[in-house]
Amino acid sequence: MTRSFTSATTIDDALSALAGGARPVAGGTDLVVGARQGKAPLPDAIVAIDRILGLRAIDAPDGGLRLGALVTHGDIVASEDIRTRFTALADASAIVGSHATRAQGTIGGNVMNASPAMDTGGPLLCLGATANLRSASGERSIELDELWTGPGSTSARADELLVALDVPSPAAGTGSCYVRLEYRRQMEIAVVGATAVVTVEGDRIVGARVAITALTPTIRRAPEAESALVGTDGAEDAVEAAAAATAAASTPISDVRGSAEYRRAMAAVIASRAIISAITRARGGSVPIPASPALHGVT
Amino acid sequence: MKVAATLRVNGTDYPVELDPHVSLLKAVREELGLTGSKEGCDDSECGACMMLLDGEPVNACSYLALQAEGRDVTTVEGLAGDEEVGPLQRAFLQQAGVQCGFCTPGMLVSATTLLRHKPDPTEDEIRIALSGNLCRCTGYRGIVRAVRQVASGDVPPLARAPVHEDATPPHHAG
Repeated sequence: MTRSFTSATTIDDALSALAGGARPVAGGTDLVVGARQGKAPLPDAIVAIDRILGLRAIDAPDGGLRLGALVTHGDIVASEDIRTRFTALADASAIVGSHATRAQGTIGGNVMNASPAMDTGGPLLCLGATANLRSASGERSIELDELWTGPGSTSARADELLVALDVPSPAAGTGSCYVRLEYRRQMEIAVVGATAVVTVEGDRIVGARVAITALTPTIRRAPEAESALVGTDGAEDAVEAAAAATAAASTPISDVRGSAEYRRAMAAVIASRAIISAITRARGGSVPIPASPALHGVT
Repeated sequence: MKVAATLRVNGTDYPVELDPHVSLLKAVREELGLTGSKEGCDDSECGACMMLLDGEPVNACSYLALQAEGRDVTTVEGLAGDEEVGPLQRAFLQQAGVQCGFCTPGMLVSATTLLRHKPDPTEDEIRIALSGNLCRCTGYRGIVRAVRQVASGDVPPLARAPVHEDATPPHHAG
């Protein structure tokens, strides 16, 4: 049971608290819910970081994107720049939880909770985001596939705080999309999810990144799917080959939301929808945000 | 160890002493005695506990009460402002958007948020926005009608509210 609670207004205050053994809370939408569900008790000591000034900013340094750790999913969905250039991230944040979750839940909390089913993980990974971690002794930036080490676990030390995510500027001709299989329209967790980020030059796909969600212990890219797309014109056979490669890369579990067999079968379906929509967007076509559930034939 | 704090709820400051793990929902219901907000699932699934925090929705069962210090909390009791019953609440009554009433406080807060961001939502937009709020009685039809009615600006005063012809709740046991 939690014995101490402090509220930090500066990064330094938060870092001191972390160095003293406290754990951070921002929107509480994972930490507090997890405690209610009995997943993990609330930490002994909590430092609330939601009032740290300056960590809720969306900036575009050098044409890229810098998301402060306290940027909410609602902030992301409302950002025209993200909707335009980092569309898959907007697809994902638009379907996290309900509007209450999106108003309180932060991108930093989402990333550090390290769920293999998190919606924003695939888009951030495929868009090349790095996590900026800070501690009393300095700072470092690491790739997300180095950060996520397993379901709910990261390589960040207990005294490190995620302060920002940095995303490079996508190349011209890039389109992206995140799609998930879902049973409920709000407060849902991905049964299966897929992200595609595709760059086109003329008719050709010259760059592709594909990631799978809720299909492996951590969200990961599927290189075989990516190579199946690069150099092609993105026609049906290439998309089918890439989708089959994502299913082959999947090692899903069976749980209350779906059997492993069902998840693997759906991986190809969901991946092909994400890939087709990313290609459409890369070529200047329109796909609604969020892409789920519009692509599933539900309005 | 309890921590002294002040919670500002519906415009009133309440001094409280709370254990750090206490949720905003529990503090508001049990310390402040405002029992409009409900605990349905205590798991952020059902939305019965939904309140506004600085004008934005929060599932109060999953939010630490101490984090709300210095913020404006609005519960269903404060939605109507100076009115006894606001337009959205009158529309819920008129359209029979209420049966047992347990989900209603969260539905009202959720619909208030929707209408603030999107004053004239389509039926589909209403259904999507309210999908984080579960109702086990009415089947949502009356609730959706009520939100549409407010959006259309056609909400009569409470005393004269006729009942919608399609608004009779289904008769079934349990």
